[in-house]
Amino acid sequence: MSRAEAAGGTGTAGRTEAVPAVGRRPRTTAGFLALFGNELHLTFRRMRTKVLLGILAVLPVLIGVVVKLNTDGPHEGGGGPSFIAQTTQNGLFLVFTALAVALPVFLPMTVGVVAGDAVAGEAATGTLRYLLVAPAGRTRLLAAKFTAGLVFCLAATAAVAVAALATGAALFPLGEVTLISGDTIGLADALLRAVLVAGVVAASLAGLVAIGLFVSTLTGSGIAAMAATVGLVITVQILDAFPQLDAIRPFLFTHYWLSFSDLLREPMYWDGVLKDLGLQAAYVAVFGSAAWSRFTSRDISA
Amino acid sequence: MTKAPVTGDVTESAGGPGAEPRPAPAPLPPASPTATAFLGSDDVIRTRGLTKRFRGGQLAVDGLDLAVPRGSVFGFLGPNGSGKTTTIRMLMGLIAPTSGVATVLGEPMPQSVATVLPRVGALIEGPALYGFLSGRDNLIRFDAADPTADPRTRPQRVDTALERVGLSAAARKKARAYSLGMKQRLGLASALLQPRELLVLDEPTNGLDPQGMREIRALIREVAAEGTTVFLSSHLLDEIEQVCTHAAVMSRGRLVVQGTVAELAARAQGRLVVRTPDVARAVEVLAAHRVTALVPGEDRVDGEFGERDDEALPELCAALVAAGVRVHGFGLERGTLEDAFVALTGEGFDVAG
Repeated sequence: MSRAEAAGGTGTAGRTEAVPAVGRRPRTTAGFLALFGNELHLTFRRMRTKVLLGILAVLPVLIGVVVKLNTDGPHEGGGGPSFIAQTTQNGLFLVFTALAVALPVFLPMTVGVVAGDAVAGEAATGTLRYLLVAPAGRTRLLAAKFTAGLVFCLAATAAVAVAALATGAALFPLGEVTLISGDTIGLADALLRAVLVAGVVAASLAGLVAIGLFVSTLTGSGIAAMAATVGLVITVQILDAFPQLDAIRPFLFTHYWLSFSDLLREPMYWDGVLKDLGLQAAYVAVFGSAAWSRFTSRDISA
Repeated sequence: MTKAPVTGDVTESAGGPGAEPRPAPAPLPPASPTATAFLGSDDVIRTRGLTKRFRGGQLAVDGLDLAVPRGSVFGFLGPNGSGKTTTIRMLMGLIAPTSGVATVLGEPMPQSVATVLPRVGALIEGPALYGFLSGRDNLIRFDAADPTADPRTRPQRVDTALERVGLSAAARKKARAYSLGMKQRLGLASALLQPRELLVLDEPTNGLDPQGMREIRALIREVAAEGTTVFLSSHLLDEIEQVCTHAAVMSRGRLVVQGTVAELAARAQGRLVVRTPDVARAVEVLAAHRVTALVPGEDRVDGEFGERDDEALPELCAALVAAGVRVHGFGLERGTLEDAFVALTGEGFDVAG
């Protein structure tokens, strides 16, 4: 595309000179959205992101191999929903097993790294000041960071689910799936449920993205923000394990995380899942606002 | 207390021997005396009582009244830690002033960041890049951050900016492999992604070798010649002298003086310098010809010579020769900004580098 064409497109058709004019330029929707696309590009181009996704993809492979090697003895799961026994009969169940194992620790850790570093990392390298004088706009930049964080949640969950499906298919038989409730559904139907479960798991991490972003606006050190966010996830899950704290447990963002197993009943039991999604929305609202109010009023002196 | 801005109509170049050629006078309005510039509406940057006190109580900028005329190359001079960068951060809306007002391109900052900053290119406290992205992708990211930038012309504008700073060959290299000079140029390229009305450059030649410095200064002159106002902060006096038409001097958070570079340098009296092995004889002759404040040195004498008419200097030289003084060198040495700074503040310009 030539510059003359572009100038014509912005309404300065009378200008014969190809050099763009000095002065005010209009804000355009495409220009506004460009930062969102670029933020995704930036997130997924990083070696760090690729390594995190790689680790998440290796996890189901490890679980699958371990289950395969131990098929002789009966296998009892720990605290979470015990899908492992079913895995040996149907490889698809490795998806649910892997998600149940990854959700309490591995997924939030990777999300904490990405969200915690989002603003603080840019502040630490100084690129934040150049984005802001571009001018990215503080609200728009935060929105772009949040969007990229959510997309990362989806990608992380997908990495676990897809790797689990591939491993399960390779090591175990596939076929009709017997649900927790005892009913049996076809493979296609079961695959749809797997997609639904992965979506719910990804959405369960939205609150954490908002928390991570908020922490990220508090400090100029990416490492500190990542560590604080991941530390918070661990602390909250420890608190969630105390029956004495019953009064606050339903408000902890990790409390309903494993409720996705209710979607493996016939009919699907949505109560816990809806509570989870509602809680995530509340966390996004509260910590999103906190991050916004902090970031838009803060002196950027790094 | 801020000293009254200097006024005067000295038009001579203040460049010392060996100085790079002074840029052609800026194409837009001539330097207006600062007194009217405060009231005039064509200042690109104007501040009134701009003050920043950091949370620790440290007063970084104290009651700054700055006026940067459109079309000028404005040197913002001061030792490290004198408040230059804090001022620039306030002008760019990165930090909020404690009190006072700042307008950039006629609009208040930081309130008008979204409408003002697309017309401003800035290099603040050195370049900052994404090491894992190529130089080109760095520019694409900074351009994408500007909502007024047209995505359709982005690749072309990025390539033009890279070419302008001489980085086309290294455009695909990861930025972490760049030398400091290349990073500095890439930062400059991001300031030049669009035609700008104002370029704010904070220490743009920091860390560059002499060749790199010359190139950056040439680029600054080129941009200024296109009509862009350049606001250039530096702790290097000779840099300001070589590049700028106007200057302001900061010291410990306060504005010491502002005006045209010629006005400022005129504050420092030019001195008559005679180079000769016959120092004692020369002193006698010079004293007899109304040269005052004579300072004899090793193979040189200098003093103040009040006569300004064209014949006085040749006559004085002839008198020296007639008296048998072996004249090896003879002439007036212009005052420099450094002399002016010392004269204005009564202190040395004591900075590293």
